[in-house]
Amino acid sequence: MTAKRARNLAFSGIVLIAAMIWIFPLYWALTTSLRSENRIVSNAGVFIDELNFSAYVDVLSTSKLPIWYLNSVATSLITTAIVLLTGMMCAYALSQLRFPGRKALYLLVVASFMVPVPALYVAQFILMSDLGLVNTWWGIILPQLIVPVVVIVYKQFFDAIPMEMREAVLLDGGGEFTLLFRLYLPLNWGITAALAIITFITTWNNFFWPFLIVTSESMMTIPVGITQVNDSFGVAYARMMALALLAAAPVIIGYLIFQKRVTEAVMISAGVKG
Amino acid sequence: MSKLKRRRREIRAAGLLTAPFLFVFTVFFLFPTYKVIALSFTDAPLIGEGQWIGLANYAKLLNDRLFFTSLWNNLYFVLLTVVPTTVIALLIALAVSKLKGRMQALVLTLFFLPYVLPVSVVTLIWAWMLDFQFGILQPLIAAVTGKAVPVFNNPHWVMPMIAVVTIWWTNGFNVLLLIAGLRNIPEDLYEAAALDGATPWQRFWRVTWPLLWPVTALVLTLQLILQLKLFDQVYLLSNGGPFNSSYVVLMQMYREAFQLNNGGYASAIAMVLFLVIVIVSVLQFQLLRIGGRK
Repeated sequence: MTAKRARNLAFSGIVLIAAMIWIFPLYWALTTSLRSENRIVSNAGVFIDELNFSAYVDVLSTSKLPIWYLNSVATSLITTAIVLLTGMMCAYALSQLRFPGRKALYLLVVASFMVPVPALYVAQFILMSDLGLVNTWWGIILPQLIVPVVVIVYKQFFDAIPMEMREAVLLDGGGEFTLLFRLYLPLNWGITAALAIITFITTWNNFFWPFLIVTSESMMTIPVGITQVNDSFGVAYARMMALALLAAAPVIIGYLIFQKRVTEAVMISAGVKG
Repeated sequence: MSKLKRRRREIRAAGLLTAPFLFVFTVFFLFPTYKVIALSFTDAPLIGEGQWIGLANYAKLLNDRLFFTSLWNNLYFVLLTVVPTTVIALLIALAVSKLKGRMQALVLTLFFLPYVLPVSVVTLIWAWMLDFQFGILQPLIAAVTGKAVPVFNNPHWVMPMIAVVTIWWTNGFNVLLLIAGLRNIPEDLYEAAALDGATPWQRFWRVTWPLLWPVTALVLTLQLILQLKLFDQVYLLSNGGPFNSSYVVLMQMYREAFQLNNGGYASAIAMVLFLVIVIVSVLQFQLLRIGGRK
């Protein structure tokens, strides 16, 4: 028994070391960001032996990072709210109501999975430009509102709710909106939270679209903005890494807090894609 | 309430409930889809009207050497990422699923974490890791090749290194799916196999591998589609260079549309990618259906 225990312990140790090697780039970015520029180029060791926050102070005071945060938070929040609300309403109709075109709509939503979104960017850019939305929050938001997986996941969860509960509310004189917001939504807070977090993270991280639609520095989101800093810093490893970590902090913290929900959301939305 | 009246109410409610989604879907998805198809048959600039030129853009594509370079690089990148990332994810998933409790949670978090990072954070960190002068991985590279290599500036190193960065970034997603797949394999099958005296090796190939195959196939096809859409990492790490050795299809679409002002030609390029991915998706669907029937 003890031999088996020792073997298990050794196995755990090896896997843990592998995981630490895997995450090393992130750790190395942290170490770098906490050093002075001079020490970085003098081959200091891999351990955190200095807590120099000047790179962070410098990045926060000289770059437009605070504005990019604001842009990212605003566009991601608005996108998430609209995606969930429109998706949930559509899913409810698809799941609970009989209406002409229901099957066609569902097939359309499923088929839209196949379309590689970046292939539409040229046309979407022209549309946004015609609407005068280049360099605006709405220009960033509108094309990102297409998240068919939200409709499909909600539909599956709504399908699973027993009909009797529905009949009870209808007999009380409640309409479809009452049913959705007083019964179906409260029964699905868990999946709503999971979908909200994954939609938020995806929107927050999107690079290609905001990069196309925004050219003015003060309208940029975090992932696009931080690529602009390169030139103005010159060679500045500590500041670049501080910038990277400040940009990543919200999603890292968000993930660590809502870990279970993120995991759940990834699995559910991928299960559907199959 | 009469049946007819109730039915009418239902249809009206359905109309109201689907309207917001339908509006957004039509204006920002269906219309652009139609528009990109239509544009691909014109010589339109990015902004402004163009003439209908039939299949001329597609004919031009067939004679565009850069386009074939891009396609080839996409294919090369797929070869460098899809199977390797699935194998790595499978090894990690098998290891993680053997762990218990907090240790498992910690290890899984560490392997998954890169997946939530924005792409430009990932490329900043890796550009520093592989920095020609001070990159911490350069001694490792020097040990193999004898000297430091400016990896994103070297035609032989650039694609494999972008593949490494991509695998590091996206692998957590695959690990998660495979762990879910492993959890769905009933424990008693392993016990039965163990009673029959199966070695761990046999248990993997006779029990784990066939039962995990639907999830593995899903991971493979999702990866295939994802990696065909390569743009961000290339743009940020090498900008398609050196000598076009990391030039990919979406890079060409971007350049044609937004730098050379050829909206029509860029749309034709987008259509080819579109078709490739639709074909892959349909094949995937058929493949999974066949797999599911067994």
